[in-house]
Amino acid sequence: MSLLVEILTKQQADLLSDWNRDLVNQTRTNGLSEKEIANQSKMLLEYLRDALQQDGNAMVDAPAMSRVRQFLVDVADARARQGFTPSEIAALTFSLKRPVFLRLEKLANGADQLSAEIWAATELIDGLGLHTLNAFLRSREELIKRQEQDMLELSTPVVQLWKGILALPLIGTLDSARTQVVMETLLQKIVETESRVAIIDITGVPTVDTLVAQHLLKTVTAARLMGADCIISGIRPQIAQTIVHLGIELTDVTTRATLAGAFQLALQRTKLNAAALHEFERAKSGAKEF
Amino acid sequence: MTISRSESLPIRSSGDVVVIRQRVRSAAEDVRFSIVGLTKLVTAASELARNTLVYGGGGNMLLEEVHESGRTGLRLTFADNGPGIADIALALKDGYTTGQGLGLGLGGARRLSDEFHIDSAPGKGTTVCITRWK
Amino acid sequence: MERIPILRMGSYLLVTVQVDMHDQLAQQLQEDLAVKIVQTGARGVLLDISALELVDSFIGRMIGNIAATARVLDVATVVVGMRPAVAITLVELGMSLPGVQTALNVELGMELLRDRLEETVFNDHFPE
Ligand SMILES: Nc1ncnc2c1ncn2[C@@H]1O[C@H](COP(=O)(O)OP(=O)(O)O)[C@@H](O)[C@H]1O
Ligand SMILES: [Mg+2]
Repeated sequence: MSLLVEILTKQQADLLSDWNRDLVNQTRTNGLSEKEIANQSKMLLEYLRDALQQDGNAMVDAPAMSRVRQFLVDVADARARQGFTPSEIAALTFSLKRPVFLRLEKLANGADQLSAEIWAATELIDGLGLHTLNAFLRSREELIKRQEQDMLELSTPVVQLWKGILALPLIGTLDSARTQVVMETLLQKIVETESRVAIIDITGVPTVDTLVAQHLLKTVTAARLMGADCIISGIRPQIAQTIVHLGIELTDVTTRATLAGAFQLALQRTKLNAAALHEFERAKSGAKEF
Repeated sequence: MTISRSESLPIRSSGDVVVIRQRVRSAAEDVRFSIVGLTKLVTAASELARNTLVYGGGGNMLLEEVHESGRTGLRLTFADNGPGIADIALALKDGYTTGQGLGLGLGGARRLSDEFHIDSAPGKGTTVCITRWK
Repeated sequence: MERIPILRMGSYLLVTVQVDMHDQLAQQLQEDLAVKIVQTGARGVLLDISALELVDSFIGRMIGNIAATARVLDVATVVVGMRPAVAITLVELGMSLPGVQTALNVELGMELLRDRLEETVFNDHFPE
């Protein structure tokens, strides 16, 4: 690709302005300024020149191209976040063909050299384009996954009932993925709030399967390793039966029929809260009188 | 499946096991594993590297970043030319050890990874390959 | 040789594990601690692992051994500050460290030890 190297070395500024015109005219800029776009194209051409000066036959996966590849991945990452479409990303590199081919035609010595140079340049630019597109798609997928994760975390309502006491009221069907996120969030909150007791209330959960029950138990064990006790409250009769049927040992786990019962126990456990416990029991016995 | 990075590390001393933990951690950070995913993978690596050292008489680990249908993972291959394992199912059982361990390493490493392959025979050495996806 | 420091705080010993330990270092700590307990007549041990980013079965076993040794010497051990990701991993590995007391941080661990001591002092004076 001797001619391509020559163009990149001697006609870089000219090639750049020609290419930039196409870029700005053909694609949405999505809030990127012309200057930013020009800057990125300039850097790409420079990296490309350096790579080809190092290895004149380098294709996209050659060692000499490692900086080019990294740069394209960075650009693709950024554009995935900026909301570009896959075809816009493809156009980004493919649009380099027209201005490059024009210049190859002028420089080439005869049809043979021209076709050889165009062939090589096409292969290189296609490779760069696919690499960018791949990185872009991967980045977008990660973005979507992260957003899903954020949603799950948002729907995990860990609440602090009292100093040192957390509650996690679970509502709805638990699948294994949700349970895992919910439980990790709970453990993290235990650390952040220095809570010694965490109540997992499953009154609002219709059924549990083996995997979910196992996640629950693992969470209780993990919390204990960290220095916190878990109490599971609101186990419906059906769930109790399921757990027994599944042969899962609940002997090491403290359970209470209701959230209130669990809270009372939690207050007893955190002796700091002796006054609160007194208050709570008075309120409860008061409530019974009515 | 494409491989975008690979690195081979020796396992000759317990210092090497620490280095392996560090390299696997930084590779997992590079591809942005979650903190739980990262911790699970590094722990599995620590178990398998120690087995390579203690039972396999030393060997090496190949660390690879792999891509497949849009997802990224790390693949770790531990290989030694030690005595090998006669009964793999038994070695995988929790609590089974022929040394001074707790017998949780192999089974634990399998639970901590998404994919687990073991290849071993008496006199042929042992290769354990695990993958964890992001 | 490199060693993990053991600090004395009143009647307790505080061990803060700050490095990624290689196996011999973990082994050494176990031995050093037993010696220190006897030397100092300590009443409790706080093992702070909040800086540890990994606990595998070897380190897990060391923690269990430290607690068991201390128990034989009539000293309580509290393991403090295990990180969530480490705890989740340890459970998956199949270790739950039964018989080892835990606390969220050094302060709460200290409180736990103090409570235990009060209880034993009380029971010694007023046996059932
Ligand atoms: N690389 C290896 N080469 C030979 N034997 C091995 C190897 N890895 C594991 N084993 C065998 O499998 C058993 C179980 O291993 P593991 O589950 O890690 O427990 P532990 O390390 O505590 O013994 C070992 O005791 C050993 O007999
Ligand atoms: Mg082992």
